[in-house]
Amino acid sequence: MTALIEIEGLTKRFGSFTAVDGVSFSVARGEVVGFLGPNGAGKSTTMRMLAGFMLPTSGTARICGEDVVDRPVAAKRQLGFLPEGAPTYPEMSVSDFLTFCARIRGFSRTEAEARVAGAMAMTQLEGVRLQPIETLSKGFKRRVGLAQALLHSPPVLVLDEPTDGLDPNQKHEVRELIRAMAAEKAIIISTHILEEVSAVCTRAIIIANGRVLADATPAELVKDGRSMDDVFRSLTLGEAA
Amino acid sequence: MNPAFIVARREFAAYFATPVATVFIVIFLVLSGALTFTLGGFFGRGQADLIPFFSFIPWLFLFLVPALTMRLWAEERRLGTIELLLTLPITAGEAVAGKFLAAWAFCAVALALTFPLWITINVLGTPDNGVVLTGYLGCLLVAGAYLAIGAAISALTRNQVIAFVLAVAVCFLFAAAGSAVVTEFLSARLPIMAEIARSLSVSERFSGFTRGVIAAKDFLFFASFIGFWLFVNAVILEHKKAD
Repeated sequence: MTALIEIEGLTKRFGSFTAVDGVSFSVARGEVVGFLGPNGAGKSTTMRMLAGFMLPTSGTARICGEDVVDRPVAAKRQLGFLPEGAPTYPEMSVSDFLTFCARIRGFSRTEAEARVAGAMAMTQLEGVRLQPIETLSKGFKRRVGLAQALLHSPPVLVLDEPTDGLDPNQKHEVRELIRAMAAEKAIIISTHILEEVSAVCTRAIIIANGRVLADATPAELVKDGRSMDDVFRSLTLGEAA
Repeated sequence: MNPAFIVARREFAAYFATPVATVFIVIFLVLSGALTFTLGGFFGRGQADLIPFFSFIPWLFLFLVPALTMRLWAEERRLGTIELLLTLPITAGEAVAGKFLAAWAFCAVALALTFPLWITINVLGTPDNGVVLTGYLGCLLVAGAYLAIGAAISALTRNQVIAFVLAVAVCFLFAAAGSAVVTEFLSARLPIMAEIARSLSVSERFSGFTRGVIAAKDFLFFASFIGFWLFVNAVILEHKKAD
């Protein structure tokens, strides 16, 4: 197995506050890593640095061997990123928005069309393809963001709360989608939903106060018979208790 | 196609998908027309040219262009789309150039819509249409200069009011640098500064264009002025993209 995502000693400080403190891990092809932690733990900050949106204070991150600071464009080409809250341009229609993303990624007009059609089929967006994104429900908006991250079939996917705001059926579909893609990609998803980790992830990384507290398979985390909830609570509150 | 053009096309379409385009163009046309005919004495001068129109353009753009640029980056930050845009495989420079080109093309559309004035002078007399053309070119370059300033300042703050006020202030600095008040004050006290102020003045450079002169050095001034501010914009964006 080759590591498609490599993170070494990644640190981000905002003034005197350390949001991410020496996080290191790597993700190989075929792995789905669940990134868990309380709010403010540093999940989104880590993902933003990995996506090249924030510059790390120190440490490095590489996507398919491309350093996100030294070779940002090459790294971003290999990456599908769903930012927190799935931001999109509200006045654009779903297909215009996705075509814009595909064209920026260097696909020709006809190629972009095929890519957009494929991504919309994967995320069940065909029914709303001509609607302005601002008129869509939260679940649809999230899926537009997901479609944008998938359309270039990137080897690396970084999804910040991909199932937030979806109803149980949609959550199930997104999980199925992630499971189906898992074999040929390296995927990181952040989530608050612990059952999701057992459902789709091959590995769970628990982070709090910017530090990695646990890095194991979901089965290993609960092997002493405790529930995932208890493990999460004791790890993230444990330091204080 | 270069990613900058794809960004520009999306941005340009976005102007017309929101009321921004209508409001901006209508206000621009009303104000430029009103100023030309009242304060400018368009008819009373008895000359078939657009000098009164061109003389108000830098001052009109002084307020309208920052209104256009204040939202350029602030809006992306508010919507969170800046995170999407800058995690696509483009450089900060391409994103900056795309946004600038779209705003510039939009200003060109607004300027082009003042064509009834041009028709009017052609009906009323026989103007030198070459001078009119260079005048319009000058207007476009002034708009570009102000846009580049405003865009850079918009990247600096997420507050649109601050972006607007600061952009007006900085644009005013470059508009007023060549005015008689400033140059007389400076030449009496700091003769070297007076020369520098005049050479950096947007309105001074523009006046040549309204007389039908396209001097290479004026053209070069606008090109490097715009280039400088776009570079500043890209640097600010690279360092402040997340906050």
